[in-house]
Amino acid sequence: MALIELKHVVGGYGGAPILNGVNMAIEQSDIGVIVGPNGAGKSTTLKAIFGLLRVTGGTIEFGGRNVANSLPDALVPMGLSFVPQEKNVFTSMSVEENLEMGAFTRQDDFSDTMDWVYQMFPVLAEKRRQPAGELSGGQRQMVAMGRALMSKPTLLMLDEPSAGLSPRYVTEIFETIVRVNKEGVGILMVEQNARQALAFASRGFVLANGQNRFTGTGPELIADPEVAKSFLGG
Amino acid sequence: MDELIFFINRVLISGTVLGSIYALGAIGITLIFGILRFAHFAHGDMMTMGAFVSFVLASALAAAGIVLPLPTGFVVLPVAMIITAILALGLDKGFYAPLRARGARPVTLLIASIGVTLMIQGLIRLIFGSGTRSIYVSAPKDIFRFDMSWIGGSRPINITEPQLIMFVVTALLVVALHLFLTRSRLGKAMRAMADNADLAQVSGINTALVVRVTWVIAGSLACVAGTMLALDVALMPDLAFNIVLPIFAAAIVGGLGHAYGAIVGGFLIAFAETLAVFNWTAVLRPLNNVLPEGMALPANLALVPTEYKLTVAFVILVITLLVRPTGIFKGAST
Repeated sequence: MALIELKHVVGGYGGAPILNGVNMAIEQSDIGVIVGPNGAGKSTTLKAIFGLLRVTGGTIEFGGRNVANSLPDALVPMGLSFVPQEKNVFTSMSVEENLEMGAFTRQDDFSDTMDWVYQMFPVLAEKRRQPAGELSGGQRQMVAMGRALMSKPTLLMLDEPSAGLSPRYVTEIFETIVRVNKEGVGILMVEQNARQALAFASRGFVLANGQNRFTGTGPELIADPEVAKSFLGG
Repeated sequence: MDELIFFINRVLISGTVLGSIYALGAIGITLIFGILRFAHFAHGDMMTMGAFVSFVLASALAAAGIVLPLPTGFVVLPVAMIITAILALGLDKGFYAPLRARGARPVTLLIASIGVTLMIQGLIRLIFGSGTRSIYVSAPKDIFRFDMSWIGGSRPINITEPQLIMFVVTALLVVALHLFLTRSRLGKAMRAMADNADLAQVSGINTALVVRVTWVIAGSLACVAGTMLALDVALMPDLAFNIVLPIFAAAIVGGLGHAYGAIVGGFLIAFAETLAVFNWTAVLRPLNNVLPEGMALPANLALVPTEYKLTVAFVILVITLLVRPTGIFKGAST
């Protein structure tokens, strides 16, 4: 059974639906990458899973339960985490406090998880007392990922983690995502750097108009001439 | 030397008393703004409400024949804080929460809070009448006189017992609030939600719980501030409604959403007001001896007449909004 499975998900912000039947299945060992043109419903899919907009049709099964329209404070303890694209750190709070907020739903001792995050992002350990708002874009992205990992998720969702970063940092963030996945965390992410992200994706989804257009492994999608022509810029 | 003592009595002590009241009120306004993003206009009346709760409890103590060494207004304070906090939670549940659930915009909530203002004042007038009364139900106020003759002063420095307790209580509450916001899990969650409400939700923070905690803190501090104001002036239905403007000014000058800013802003506005209405002739009178004939200081040399005290807060507010709209500490006034 898949870790998360979306079946014919329909949803939007109250007006006309933005998602018109999205299907998706991810295992815990997978890195899933969603690509597609602007307005295809990529970010909306992640937000629908995380209960940030209304799902009016279909099911979202996570851990064997239909979690459609569940709210984050119920989903986070179940093992789901989300890194929004923008404003994804508490700028006035220190790096360490940001991480603590990611562990808000945990009642147990989370110091070992914090050590694990600092091991993954050594630069954050150096800046643990610094306000997150003073960090560079790449370091902020690490804080955001670190925060989301503090709840020990089984599935980490990222909305365009490479947006606005310099090419050097893009590669670094992608390498980190692969490393996190190797540690046993399933990944589902939306990416604009489609070709680069699909290269390491075990599951690739091309969305258009709120529906799946192509599904396959990342390399398969890159090799598909139709996908390459219409969605990857030739 | 007497001039300095006069200055300490009239400016330093009065300013600190007023500053404590403004600061405690402004903390509530700034926290509510930070978490719920609306200007809580009824905050002054929540203070008045707290003062009347203290009054009722103190009267009950007096009626029971209990005589205490401290002013009863302070003895009943912990219980009054709890009751006012519960009333504040009730106000939120009854009036603001239903509006938020329907996605009302901040301006709608502001208007609703004006309605709450009228309602609280009306209820207090209905129950207690519109007259002025003293909150010193049984105990008279002690006055401590510090003899200053050892440095050549002929007058003493006067601090009343309530004023002294006021300073201690305010200091304790500020330290407690600081520890709560920086050390406790819920306090940090409160700062997180004020910083970025969407991300707080995404992190799985129980935002409804944070909202409740905010009302509890704002309500109990309003109770302390209101009781202090009643001890300093007198108890009346529009007690704290009259100082809503300086309290808002304090919160904005300090940086909306920033608790420490509210404290600094509260004392800043209080001292500015006190200094502005202070009669400087009282201090500068010795100059008359050295000034040439016909240039003696006028009898009253206050910058602002007492009845226009409120304009001081207004002027500081306008200057802040023009020069540094985010406040002294960078607040979330967007």
